[in-house]
Amino acid sequence: MELKRNSQTFQDFNSTILKPSNEEQVQQIIRYCYKNNLSIEIIGTGSKKGIGKNLQCKKILDMSNISGIINYKPDELYITVKASTPINSIQDELKKNNQHLAFEPVNFEKIFEKDSKEGTIAGALSCNFSGSRRFKVGSARDHILGFKGYNGKGEKIKSGGTVQKNVTGYDLSKLITGSFGTLVVLTEITLKVLPLESDTKTIVISGLPLEDSLEIMGSALNSSNDPSGAVFYPENFRNSFTFNDLAYPGSITAIRLEGTSGSVDQRIKNFYNQWSLNEKKTTILDKTQSVIFWEDTRSLKVFSNTDKSLLRVVVPPSETTNLISRLRLFHANCFLDWGGSLVWLELDYLSSEKIDQIRKRVLDVGGYLTVIKSKQNLKDSTEVFTVNPIEFRISQNIKKSFDPKRIFNPGRMYRGI
Amino acid sequence: MPKIDNKVIQNRDQIIKDLGKFISKENILSHQDEIKPYETDGLTAYKQKPLIVILPETTKEVSKVLSYCNKNNIKVVPRGAGTGLSGGALPSADCVLLSLGKFNKILEIDFKNRCVVAQTGVTNLAITQAVQDNNFYYAPDPSSQIACSIGGNVAENSGGVHSLKYGTTTNNILGLKIVLMDGTITTIGGKVFDSPGYDLLGLITGSEGLLCIITEVTAKILQKPDTIKAALLGFPTIEDSGNCVGEIIAEGIIPAGMEIMDKALTHATEKFSKAGYPLDAEAMMIVELDGTDLEVTELLKKVAEIGKKNNCTTVKISNSEEERLKFWSGRKAAFPACAALAPDYFCMDGTIPRGKLAEVLREITRLSKEYNLPVANAFHAGDGNLHPLIMFDANDQQSLEKAEKFGADILKYCVKVGGVLTGEHGVGIEKRELMCEMFNQNDIQQQLDIKIALDPSSLLNPGKVYPILRKCAEQGRIHVHGAKEKFSDIPRF
Repeated sequence: MELKRNSQTFQDFNSTILKPSNEEQVQQIIRYCYKNNLSIEIIGTGSKKGIGKNLQCKKILDMSNISGIINYKPDELYITVKASTPINSIQDELKKNNQHLAFEPVNFEKIFEKDSKEGTIAGALSCNFSGSRRFKVGSARDHILGFKGYNGKGEKIKSGGTVQKNVTGYDLSKLITGSFGTLVVLTEITLKVLPLESDTKTIVISGLPLEDSLEIMGSALNSSNDPSGAVFYPENFRNSFTFNDLAYPGSITAIRLEGTSGSVDQRIKNFYNQWSLNEKKTTILDKTQSVIFWEDTRSLKVFSNTDKSLLRVVVPPSETTNLISRLRLFHANCFLDWGGSLVWLELDYLSSEKIDQIRKRVLDVGGYLTVIKSKQNLKDSTEVFTVNPIEFRISQNIKKSFDPKRIFNPGRMYRGI
Repeated sequence: MPKIDNKVIQNRDQIIKDLGKFISKENILSHQDEIKPYETDGLTAYKQKPLIVILPETTKEVSKVLSYCNKNNIKVVPRGAGTGLSGGALPSADCVLLSLGKFNKILEIDFKNRCVVAQTGVTNLAITQAVQDNNFYYAPDPSSQIACSIGGNVAENSGGVHSLKYGTTTNNILGLKIVLMDGTITTIGGKVFDSPGYDLLGLITGSEGLLCIITEVTAKILQKPDTIKAALLGFPTIEDSGNCVGEIIAEGIIPAGMEIMDKALTHATEKFSKAGYPLDAEAMMIVELDGTDLEVTELLKKVAEIGKKNNCTTVKISNSEEERLKFWSGRKAAFPACAALAPDYFCMDGTIPRGKLAEVLREITRLSKEYNLPVANAFHAGDGNLHPLIMFDANDQQSLEKAEKFGADILKYCVKVGGVLTGEHGVGIEKRELMCEMFNQNDIQQQLDIKIALDPSSLLNPGKVYPILRKCAEQGRIHVHGAKEKFSDIPRF
């Protein structure tokens, strides 16, 4: 067995689960599957396996061995890693130099796989679900500088590089981000890294009704106080958060400020003055509590171990109030991130019809919906993602240009892709 | 360039007649005097008159024109403001040049959703001007921002001096309205982040007009920072300035802008603009910081300390907005200052790892001696984007050829040290033949396959970005003759 692992030639093609030890073996497997028309489900640690349509592939390509840091240059603000490097080991390495992946990839381990160690970097990029800092620093797609991998014919391709500014050829790095492994099997990824801010504090305003919270979050994002997070949790989620300094009951409106200590304090003062916060029930979470609070948000703590269905909805911030009131009849539990633009919905009972009704309301206000988890396993009977027919046609052509036989995760995003 | 289709040229009159069914006759230019202004863009070394020029006014008109050209196998070259520096809007003799100059309206200003919806021909600066009274701005600021169009910015993924902190165009737009070569109209994205499905917004941004025509752009706007200040630092060696950049970043500071000029350029610009630059310095650096006043003051103090630690001989911190702009005035005059030094110059555009600055500049100096041509260097130190300016005389054929080879050697060296061919000017026709320095056959073929996926007959902006015969040639530069840069009144930096 040991011998096989060290061998450059992959031998065990008959197994359902194919687990390459190195890049060359990844290529051999893809070429084999291409030649023999075998569809492949690509997995890392399986942390987001539940997202997307159900797959029925002939083979499973387990990429978990393709892991490790290749090159980390703190001064150049980039790190190059193998595709299945766990996110938390990247963050641990970056932390040694006071740096991080600023886009805060959503951690689904509390929703799907507890032992997935938060998943791999390739998984985070493939889904492109980014955390609370989105409106300030961008999402995963804004932090990928380049990649290497194999297309559906087993040809090695690359795009981008390690530098921050690059317009040489099409930006395929962005195209493969959010493609749910349907275009390329990634082997190597270069990411932009950023300094950790020296201080973080969070203003929590307790007990605000949704409309007031949205107004304050909107004003915060429209101000020069440069917040890096703005979330609203309704009262029913209050008990999910226990912090020494958080004394008040009721809903939570939390606004995060990051920077030098003096700057954070100055901006907190500005907030208090601008919105007369002294007259409201407010708490300031210090750095330690702030880090925990936003980590809880990033890992969807309020939905931990949920056996219900989970939808992710994004709408223009101006439409959130309207949408929430139109969704009341569905009796969903929800919380808001991105200053109100991102709505996480938890529903007890979901049917294809119900999803379509919600999707229509979301589309009506210029947003989109993604089914993250469906209790009733509806993913075969409904669309998981939102796409218009023209985009679908373009996407089909793009898929064909990378993976002409549709062997990579066929149907995971849409039927026919 | 791709082979000329003589049949199309012979059918010119019929094509004009047919297009007249879709767009008004005054928006079709066919007289040689009318089409002459469209024979080149910001890369003036290359000139070619198109078959005809059309100026549609609506997305529907664009759709009808493209559909017609697609059916009749007629090449289409899109053009925004024509300020591009890599020849992306260079016509061919058998093409319809589609100018988007009449798409010049801002359609919506939406402060609540922090975005502006603009037609594609609206200038970059006009977006900021439309929202600045409410203290907002559009972040990417290419040097030609008074003239370049937002659609052109999307096509080239334009950057500017603030891109390390605020990103380039791709990080600052939310949606597009586009027309495919077959006439299909669709919208990509909207007023929301990260629309699901393949990131077509990311693919189209920087695709240099090869995949579709953009008619509307939804641009993200940001709140202006409270305070902006700059520091001016002079260093005895290039190495010292490079080390200082590395240490500023290692300290966790991400400046809004960080620019280095070498001694040759500092002297040239100081003569031109009297910005008060240190003339004894081998390298001069401007570091700009923004945020709250306390933060900016605190960080500038740290920057000055790091500068001193790295042997800087001059440190000046701007005490007023006027002084900050004065610091920038020389840097922004860098290109015209070079134009005053020699009959012609090429402006190169490579990106390198920041840590390789000293090594690359040493190599450029060596090449300068080898080719016996003077060179001056400007460097967006924050994001590693290097602009060497090679001075020569185009009337002397030997000098022109030497300058071309010199430029190609610089770009090849950028790639060799881990950099790329172009940071912000685009590939166009200028660096097309150098693409194989960075990409192999598979990489290029994959990109060509994507082109075919969206434009099966390859009629949209043909001959750009990808090498025609996959053969590396000795090219890659902006050509400026007798200080007569195209749109010489537009700042370039």
